[in-house]
Amino acid sequence: MSLSGASVLSRSAAIAGNSNVTTDPAQIAAHEVDLKRPAAVVRPGSSEEVVELARFASQEKLAIVATGAQTKLGIGMPPRQYDLALEMTRMDRIVAYDPGDLTLSVEPGITLRKIASVLAEHRQFLPLGAAFGGRPTAGGTVASGVDSPMRHMYGTARDFVLGMEFVTGDGVEAKSGGRVVKNVTGYDIHKLMIGSLGTLGIITRINFRTFPQPQTARTCVATFRGSTGACELRRRIAHSALRPQSLEILGASADCAPELGRSAALSLEAGRWSVVATFAGDARVIDRNHRDMETLAQAADHKSLESFGELCDADSENATRYVADFASLILQYRPAAAIFKISALPGDLAGLAAGISSIEIGWAAMMRGLGVTYLGLLPPDDSERSFQLLQRVCSQVFTLAEKAPWGPSVLLWCPPKLKSEIDIWGAHRRDYPLMQKLKGVFDPSGILSPGRYVGGL
Amino acid sequence: MDSRLLHDLKSLLGPRGVLHQSEDLLLYEYDGSVDVGRPDCVVFPRTATEVVEIVRLASRHKIPLVGRGTGTGLSGGAIARHGGIIVSFSRMNRIVEVDADNQRATVEPGVVNADLSVAVEHLGLHFAPDPSSQKACTIGGNVSENSGGPHTLAYGVTTNHVLSLEIVLPSAERVRLGSAALDPPGYDLAGLFVGSEGTFGLVTEITVKLTRLPEAVKTLLAIFDSVDDATETVAEITARGITPAACEMLDGWTIRAVEDYVHAGFPLDCAAILLIDVDGLREMVELEAKDVADVCGLHHAREVRVARDARERDLLWKGRKNAFGAAGRLSPSYYTQDGVIPRTRLPATLRRIGEISRKYGLQIGNVFHAGDGNLHPIILFDQRNEQQFRDTIRAGDEIIEFCIQMGGSITGEHGVGMEKDRLMPLVFSEADLGLMRRVRDVFNPEGLLNPGKILPTSKGCGEIYVRPRPTMAAPSA
Repeated sequence: MSLSGASVLSRSAAIAGNSNVTTDPAQIAAHEVDLKRPAAVVRPGSSEEVVELARFASQEKLAIVATGAQTKLGIGMPPRQYDLALEMTRMDRIVAYDPGDLTLSVEPGITLRKIASVLAEHRQFLPLGAAFGGRPTAGGTVASGVDSPMRHMYGTARDFVLGMEFVTGDGVEAKSGGRVVKNVTGYDIHKLMIGSLGTLGIITRINFRTFPQPQTARTCVATFRGSTGACELRRRIAHSALRPQSLEILGASADCAPELGRSAALSLEAGRWSVVATFAGDARVIDRNHRDMETLAQAADHKSLESFGELCDADSENATRYVADFASLILQYRPAAAIFKISALPGDLAGLAAGISSIEIGWAAMMRGLGVTYLGLLPPDDSERSFQLLQRVCSQVFTLAEKAPWGPSVLLWCPPKLKSEIDIWGAHRRDYPLMQKLKGVFDPSGILSPGRYVGGL
Repeated sequence: MDSRLLHDLKSLLGPRGVLHQSEDLLLYEYDGSVDVGRPDCVVFPRTATEVVEIVRLASRHKIPLVGRGTGTGLSGGAIARHGGIIVSFSRMNRIVEVDADNQRATVEPGVVNADLSVAVEHLGLHFAPDPSSQKACTIGGNVSENSGGPHTLAYGVTTNHVLSLEIVLPSAERVRLGSAALDPPGYDLAGLFVGSEGTFGLVTEITVKLTRLPEAVKTLLAIFDSVDDATETVAEITARGITPAACEMLDGWTIRAVEDYVHAGFPLDCAAILLIDVDGLREMVELEAKDVADVCGLHHAREVRVARDARERDLLWKGRKNAFGAAGRLSPSYYTQDGVIPRTRLPATLRRIGEISRKYGLQIGNVFHAGDGNLHPIILFDQRNEQQFRDTIRAGDEIIEFCIQMGGSITGEHGVGMEKDRLMPLVFSEADLGLMRRVRDVFNPEGLLNPGKILPTSKGCGEIYVRPRPTMAAPSA
């Protein structure tokens, strides 16, 4: 940063207004990314202001991190440089909602809770993710690329974002896609914005396709001794006519299961793996799914099948929250935890579960039926010894992920100290040079969340 | 064309792997659209290594490369607009791997769309994107155009089913984008690539998701005495949150044209029909079929028929999928648009198309993916009549402009290609197009891959746009 702190503030205030630029310590602390803090927090109120701020930052080489509700700033690497936090929550309007067309256009700072309440009036919803109790913003959720259990039926943002507007690192406002549900006009540039942690652009508008809210949803759980039966049940469901809204396989180690289970109000037991499936729709359709799943569970491995049943409403709510909010629950329970995201193929889950069971640290695993697995590693305490153990296990997981192979793996959340020891983004990719060139196109002066993403992008 | 380049291509691919005589090239001047362009030669690689070598040669000679499947595209994507080498993937048509357990398949780009579904049917699986040309079109072409089809309403278009791609860049590098597993770390290059219409790279291998075949399917035929009733039915089906697997509309003129040709059993005296598929669990299909029939009834459907068996269902769908062929029998030429509108605007848009038809005195048939709001008005004309030809183009433009006014788009599934590049500024700003151009340059810096597609030629370079000459050959979409 070549400018003095005072002129950064005054120039930012000239763009966004005095009351929308702050150096208040609490605000600064809230925008901390892995111990790095910005000089100021700016709250733009329009895309024009975002354009001006990006131009100003690019001229002065000020690094920007765009934020929403600051719930997922722990994902990715700390920025190499961090001058301004662009908190997008003033841009929280619904720009257009056409319930009859099932399309919605929003500004990035709107919370998922607000979207849910507006859509609910028309018995619709957005299957974007229900983590952190609805506090996150649409922009933050899309930019961080987190998924939702409902991806089993509805896919991810990649599947239901219809178009976006965004501001590039040199202050150009651009768009791609559109507002209609089917469209092949121009390149799908908005796909690059999904999950790229704000390293290519600052999202200023997102167009979504919305979905009809099913009449009811009920959750079934089949618990097995060991992981084999559970993984076999997943396979059988995938090869059946059943279409669960979500499907997860849950397990936890002996030292974590009881306490984690209590905090999540779920019955997690050591050595037990549970298949949790939610079915939605008309009661008759759910009944049929329920019956078939029980039959499939028996057929998968009746010897290790310990229990099968439908959860009561309260338990179902807890289970739904656990699979939607896994990472934040783990971090609440053990702030020094590390959480892997392993992109396994569904057919490799049995091998992955066996590998996980032999990990020499406390763990909790959530394997989505489509293969994507979240693995929480829970060190016993905050001591240096525990940290050393965590670091060793994380390296082992990366090695196994590559050798087994389990699939591309990243360390999604971990103590900041670990990030300087391990490449959290995992193995290098052949298409990385293309990504580097794209970064150069979108952010020529390298001011957008520099260094936060894969390979230092 | 440079004789040394031709010689090198022949020694790489063998004499039967290269076409360059003008009578051989004639066939490759066209695709399914209204445009024309002559390549300098056509090559037929068998392996990715040969593709790499072709790219190396072309790039050394700075000659354009245009990938091509079976040429069923509807926007000129596979036409060599500025000459050069057409790389036909018809010999790279192997299904490399079917991974039933993970419901994935890896294919070469020349595999015909329907052939993949046939090959995995015994596993209870299929490849969901189903363009009407699916018996001929290739998966490589589907990837380039991000193709849709009737059943993409419930299942999603090509991009929702592509996981990983191996591509050859103009620099002759082979790169893999995406992964067979979901959510690989890094920018979603596979997602960006799908629909790039051959301007980013030549695809040599594709890994796709396979989808389970539904347990039950019901096909409903709803018959209406007014177009408004039919379009309002579609709007209400959507608004009620019913998602049929497909929801297609044919208007009266199209019905009569089709019936005369296919004998699908469509009534000749009605104003519109809806062809609706519901699929899934038996219980769900029963309920949804009843809901759909109820909505049709509320909007004065004269009759709702349910296909009794697979044979009846296939016949009804045959009627839909051959609608464009039927149009070709009735008129010397026709011109099809591909605009999309919000589904709430269907009634207004169909009325507007009716007005435009009357204004120019042109017959316009409508057969389209109503459930997606993806229109395919077919404007009939005789190209020998110059005034009529000009009116046809004006009418097409007016329809597209109305779609944009309604908040829609200029192409839902056919692609921009060389047909609609001039229309891009109606939707995108200079800044949008500039960024798209720079993104393309990351992959294709010298513009050797499929030049003259998607992005309008920049102003001031002196190129005068010559409107394509609509012709009659156009397979359905």
